[in-house]
This record gives sequence, structure tokens and C-alpha cells, in this order.
Amino acid sequence: MKGKPSSWLIAGLVVLALVLPQFVTNKYYLNILIMSGIWSIVASSLNLVLGYTGQVNLAHGAFFGIGAYASALMMLKLQMNFWLALPLAAALAGFFGFLIGLPALRTKGSYFAIGTLCFNIIVTLIIDRWEGLTEGARGLMGIPGPAPIPVPGIGQIAFKTLAAQYYLVLGFLLLTLFVMRRILNSLVGRTFRAIRGNEELAEAVGIPARRVKILSFTTSCFFAGIGGVLYASYIGFLSPELTDYHVSFDSLVYIMIGGVGTMAGPILGTLLFVTIPETLHVAAEYRLFVYGLILILMIIYLPRGIVGGIGSLARKKPKGGA
Amino acid sequence: MNAILKAEGLSRFFGGLAAVMDLDFEVKAGEILSLIGPNGAGKTTVFNLITGALLPTRGRLQFFEKEITGLRPHDTAALGIARTFQTTSLFPDETVLDTLIVGFRCRTRMGVFDALLKTGRARGDEERSRRKAEETLAFIGLGDRASELAKNIPQEAQKRLAVGLALVTEPKLLLLDEPMGGLTEEENAGMMRLVQKIRGEGISILLIEHKMKVVMKISDRIVVLNYGRKIAEGTPGEVGRNPEVVEAYLGVGDAE
Amino acid sequence: MALLLQQILNGIMLGSVYSLVALGLTLIYGILHIPNFAHGHKYMLAAFTSFFLVTNFHTNYWVALVIAMGVLGLVGMGVERWVYRPLRNVPHINSFIAAIGLLLMIESFALILFGADFRRFPPLYDQPIHIFGVGITLQRLLVILAAALLILLLQLFLKRTWLGATIEAVAQSPEGAQLVGISIDRVSSLTFGLGTALAAAAATLITPIFLVYPTMGSVPNLKAFVVIIIGGMGSIPGAVIGGLMLGLIESLGGGFISTDYKDIFAFGALVTFLTFRPMGLFGKGGR
Repeated sequence: MKGKPSSWLIAGLVVLALVLPQFVTNKYYLNILIMSGIWSIVASSLNLVLGYTGQVNLAHGAFFGIGAYASALMMLKLQMNFWLALPLAAALAGFFGFLIGLPALRTKGSYFAIGTLCFNIIVTLIIDRWEGLTEGARGLMGIPGPAPIPVPGIGQIAFKTLAAQYYLVLGFLLLTLFVMRRILNSLVGRTFRAIRGNEELAEAVGIPARRVKILSFTTSCFFAGIGGVLYASYIGFLSPELTDYHVSFDSLVYIMIGGVGTMAGPILGTLLFVTIPETLHVAAEYRLFVYGLILILMIIYLPRGIVGGIGSLARKKPKGGA
Repeated sequence: MNAILKAEGLSRFFGGLAAVMDLDFEVKAGEILSLIGPNGAGKTTVFNLITGALLPTRGRLQFFEKEITGLRPHDTAALGIARTFQTTSLFPDETVLDTLIVGFRCRTRMGVFDALLKTGRARGDEERSRRKAEETLAFIGLGDRASELAKNIPQEAQKRLAVGLALVTEPKLLLLDEPMGGLTEEENAGMMRLVQKIRGEGISILLIEHKMKVVMKISDRIVVLNYGRKIAEGTPGEVGRNPEVVEAYLGVGDAE
Repeated sequence: MALLLQQILNGIMLGSVYSLVALGLTLIYGILHIPNFAHGHKYMLAAFTSFFLVTNFHTNYWVALVIAMGVLGLVGMGVERWVYRPLRNVPHINSFIAAIGLLLMIESFALILFGADFRRFPPLYDQPIHIFGVGITLQRLLVILAAALLILLLQLFLKRTWLGATIEAVAQSPEGAQLVGISIDRVSSLTFGLGTALAAAAATLITPIFLVYPTMGSVPNLKAFVVIIIGGMGSIPGAVIGGLMLGLIESLGGGFISTDYKDIFAFGALVTFLTFRPMGLFGKGGR
């Protein structure tokens, strides 16, 4: 396909990411990288729905929250092992995604956005009020990190150090990207693009648009759930505000700025917006103000984001058109 | 010849307005049937009713003796009814070849897990899609434009591509909505040849077209609509002599 | 019984406010066909404007109302000119994203300028009066009356004045309107200003009863959307009836079933409508 960065570039970046903890040993910066990794997973999964099937999903925070709370409750109350809780919680998030997608994806465009936003609010409200299950506004504390994996012959892989947790998150990020890439490069991925490009025409050539949108939505929610599980284990503490729709808004900003509909876009956007404000110690209100301003400017002047903008420039160079 | 598409009592109302009223007609296997009538006679509405983009208010549709009333466009497409749109509808940011590849999707079986694991079925489907797309590309004569973006190619090529996209779904019935709209005399002739080539492949065609010369030359039979009702039906010769038709349409329409 | 009447009156009051906000939103949707997602935040700005006018400048309440409407009307026109007009010919989803950006900007702007504290309006019309044997503060009654008056004025404006007719013309057919020489730019500007002014009125009317704080805009925003989705986007009677319905549902549901979960009723109603009747009570749509 057109404009894809060379495999060497990708390999190089992966290698860089792998060796990074050897150079960056400062805890503060490692922490930022880990958080960027987690939010990249969340943003990339939202991109599946936004960038590829073209729907503005504002319920993402809810699925992130469902994954986070489900895994935390499983580990705390059922004494479940992290490695079992992770796939179960993510599957639960995906399952709810499927349930919500069924009615929600009957609507389009702004109606869909508003409907999903309201769903997110309902979920946050329920998590906040259902104290018996979630401890409500007090929050859940003492969520265990990932349990060590026994490796025959060597001992075990533990996740106590920051570097180890970095690799864990990186591993899941790469897994997310791998899955997305496989799907998007396949015939299935082509149907996503077709729906985004011209839904009516896609239907006319036999693509069941609603079914495909539900598929992409469910997958997206599954990975948002994984992001939630990783967050819960890493931070160790959860409260209802984390499931708020501001997660959806944040992810939206990261994607739009980085480049919607590209693989690298959400990651770039997340990196920029998580690392820069952190290092500058900017207060939340100012950060939001700038986000809002940049979002408006971007959508008017550079709607394809940074990566997308570069991509369309690259495409214009070769042939001079018809 | 037997009928592959049958419309019985087909009607569609919008509020109090009857866009199509009590329409009975059929498309026979292997024929080119033209649907003509003044602007607003309901021709595109008939297409929308057949494919399922619109639900009929009354009446029924049968395709190869199978009831298709109420089916949605993606179902009718899977059954073998393909169409083009009056205003050329394409995937603007896809290349010509990619457009055709995705058009073949309804004839492939692979799912998400096939994609994830790169199973044999996935690889087989991808290869068949590419081959079919390339064949169709050659058939419609756009071989040299394979990697251009759909939104960048000239209008005549876009019309061909739209036809190609409909063809790649392996239809048995092709609905063409004004495929020659906005084309020059020379481009007309090219499109006509393409339509006849398609019929040569055994695909039946239902055609909406305003250019009377073309319609008279290419059609096996013609159905004439006015204000949503059928006012005449028959061979080009019969319809041309029908006084009602002449009065309603041929006299005032473009005699191009 | 008295309790029921009280809840009903409350519901009507809430509903009137929701209707006003929703009316502004539906007017804007009728022209631009994008839901102005930042509407609630302009409502919040209006509340702060009136608050400062009344407390710091000791302006008369009703004068403050008019000034707030004017100021926000101008803000609305500015937003239309600088944010939405450049996006007029692009897919609607881009305008929606721009609205989110606007929302973030306005909310954080208010947080920076005013701080997160809750402020309370000085009591103005707190005297209780009795209707049908039920006690209600005068303020609440004024809300209902003022809202009704504004809605009536709006209807008169739209149906009886030339400017109002241009708005309806553009809403029905932009091309047709242009052909007869109506400037779409000017009508868009006017509609945006008008819609925002209505929200400003709603804010000024209701804030003496509740509190003023920077994040107060998000909930009315969403509720206004619930209203226009229930009533039908672009429909004026839909906004009024939908608003009243929502106010009643909330008041009665919250009063008799559960205050904790009362917000869920509103959003649950929305999700239900979106699923089964996305075009709302009065909207047009369907296959």
C-alpha cells in the first residue's frame, strides 16, 4: 500500500524501544514512558473505530474502566492470578463493547458520538454509586502487580522493577499493534476503510456495514480493556473518575493530533501529550486549554494530524496525477 | 427466456406522494432492459427498491424465484444484484485496484481470526481477490490506472470504475443508473461497447438512461415510466410508436 | 398529593430551562446540521457573566439578563465565524471534534480565570408563594414565566419577522435561500448568536436557584442533547416538549425513585430513544 514507512524504520524503532531502559534509568522518566505506553494502547484501540471505520466513539473511558475494575476486583476479591484476570477482564470489556455496539451502531455520526458519551456517563455513575461492588468514590486500593511467571530451568520472571514493568507494557503495546496491523492489512481491514470512505457504496457491494462496525468496535473495546488492566496493576489504585469520558476526549486529542487512521499517529500523539506536559509541570487547566486550542487548529488546518499530513505530502510527490 | 427479476405491484409512497405506483415488470435472463421516463418519473426509486436501499410500501420483488422484498443492499448484493449510482459513487481515497479488490469481499469467506493467523483461507481469499480485481480491471480497460486514486482520475474513467466495481461482485443482474451521464459522443460509444460486452458475459442489465439514441440502439426491451406508473412496455420499435409515450416523453425529452 | 404537585412544578421549571437551552441548540442544528457540542459551556459563561454583573457591579437582575444574552450572543457569533464556518464544507464529524476542542478551551478558561469554587447568587426572589396549595419560591415561578415569554417571543420572531423568515429559509434549503439573495454567512451568524443568547437567558434564570461553577456546563449540555434527540433535532416544538418531558422525568424519577441514580434516567432515556427512534418524536428519518 501507499506511503507506508519502510520495514527497516519500524524494526529500528522497535529495537530502540527495547533498549531504552538501559539508557533511561531515571525513575521519573521511565514512569512517563510506561504511562505513555498504556495510553498508547488505549488511543490505538480507539483509532480502530475512529480512523478506520470513521465513527467518533466517546465511550472509550467506560471500557478502559471496565477492564481496570474487572481485573482489580478479580485479583482482590477472587484472589485471581494477574495472568488469568487480564484476558478475562479484557474479554469482559469486549463483551460489553459488543452489547453496547449492537444498539449504538444503528446510529451514525453525531448521534453515535452523543449516545456513546451518555453510555460512558452511565458506566461512571454506576461505578461511583455501586459501593458494594466497587467501593464507590473511595476507590480500590492495593491492587497487586503482575505475578511472577515461573520459567523452568531459569527461575522466574518477576515484575518488581520499573524496567520490567516497562517491558510488560511495551510487550502489550507491540501485541496490540501487531493484531491491529494484521487485521488492517487484510481483506477485513479493507472493508473498514470502505465503510469509512463511502458507507452506502460499501453496502451496495455486499459489505454488511453494521456487522463490520460491531466487529471493529468490539475489538477496540477489548484492547481498551487491556489498557485498563495494565493501568490498574501498575498504579495499584483505581477511582471512578478514571472511567470518566475525559479518557475518551484525551484519546481523541492524541489520535487527531498524531494522525487519525494511521498506526503511528496515536502513539506519536500520546507521546507528545503525555511527555511534554509532564516534563513542563504544567497545571491541568492550562494543559486542557492548549489541548482544546490545538484540537481546533488541527481539525481546521491539518485534519489528518501530523503523521497523516506527512503521509499525504509523500503521496503527492511521485506521479503528477492523471 | 425466463425472468430473473420480477416486480409485482411495486409501490413506494413518501407521505402522500407516490414515487412508484403499482409497478409490474420483469427482467429476462440475458437481456438489456431499459427504464426510461421524464425526470422524476421514479426510475432511480425503482433501483433503490430493488436493491433494498428503500423499502416498498406495497408489492413484492422476486429474484430467481426467491423473495427479496425487504432485504437490505448488502444482502441483495450477495445474491447477485449490483448497481451503479446516478452521481458516480466511489471510494475517493482508494486506488483503482484497491477499489476492485474490496468489491470482491462479498465473495470471500475469511474472518478476523483468519486475518490474525494468516490461515490458508486468508491467503487464498487475498489471492483470488487480487486476481479477480486485475481481470476486471482489464475488462473495463483501466489497466494503466491501477495505482491512481479514484478521486484523481477523469470522469469517464470514474464511470468505468463504478461499473467495474459493480462487476467485480460477480452479479447476475446489473443495474446501471445513467452510466453515460456527462460523457461525450466518443465516450458514449465506449461505454455502450462495455455494456454490450457485459451482456456478452451472460449478465442481465437493467439500464436507466436519458440519451434516446443509445437506448433505442442497445435495448432488447424498454419499460416507460411516467409519474411513477408504467405507461408502456415493449421492444424499442413498439415503444417508439406508442402515442402515449411520444406525448409524455419522447416529444419533449432530449432526442439525442 | 402536595408532594406530587411540588415535584410536577419543579419538573416544569427544570423543563423550561432545558427547553430554552435545547431551543438554542436545535436552532443551530437546523442551520448548520452539526450539534454544537460546546453549547453548555457558553451557558456556563453566561452564568458567570450575570453573576459578576449582579454581585460586583450591582446591576439589576433583569438588566443583567439582557446584557448576558447580548454578550453571549456575540460570543456565539464569534465562534461561528472562527470555528465552524471554516468547517462548513467538510464532513460533520470534523465540526464535532472542533466543538470538543472548544469545550475544553472554554471550560479550562473558566477554571483558570475563576477558580473551581462554587459561587452562590445573592437571593433575589426567594419569597415563597402558594399555588394550588403548594409552596414554591417566586424565583422558580419566574423561571417558568420568563421561559414561556422567551419561547413566545422566539416563535413570533421566526414566524413574523423578515429575519426570522430568512432563518427558516436557510434551514429548509440553503441553495434556494441563496438564489433569492439571502446570505448564508449572515444567517448562520445570526442563528448562532440567537441560539447562544437563549442559553444565556436560561443560565441567568436558573443560577439563583443553583450554584455557579466552571464545570456546570457539561450536564446541561448533555441534557440539552437528550432533549433534542428525544424531540427531534431541528424541531422547535420537539425542543419545548422534549425539555418539559425531561424535566418531569427527572423530577418525578428523582423524587420518588432515587436521587442517587436520577441522572441515569435522563441518559437511559436518551440511549433508548437513540436505539429505537433516532429521529425523535418530531424529527424526520427512517428508511
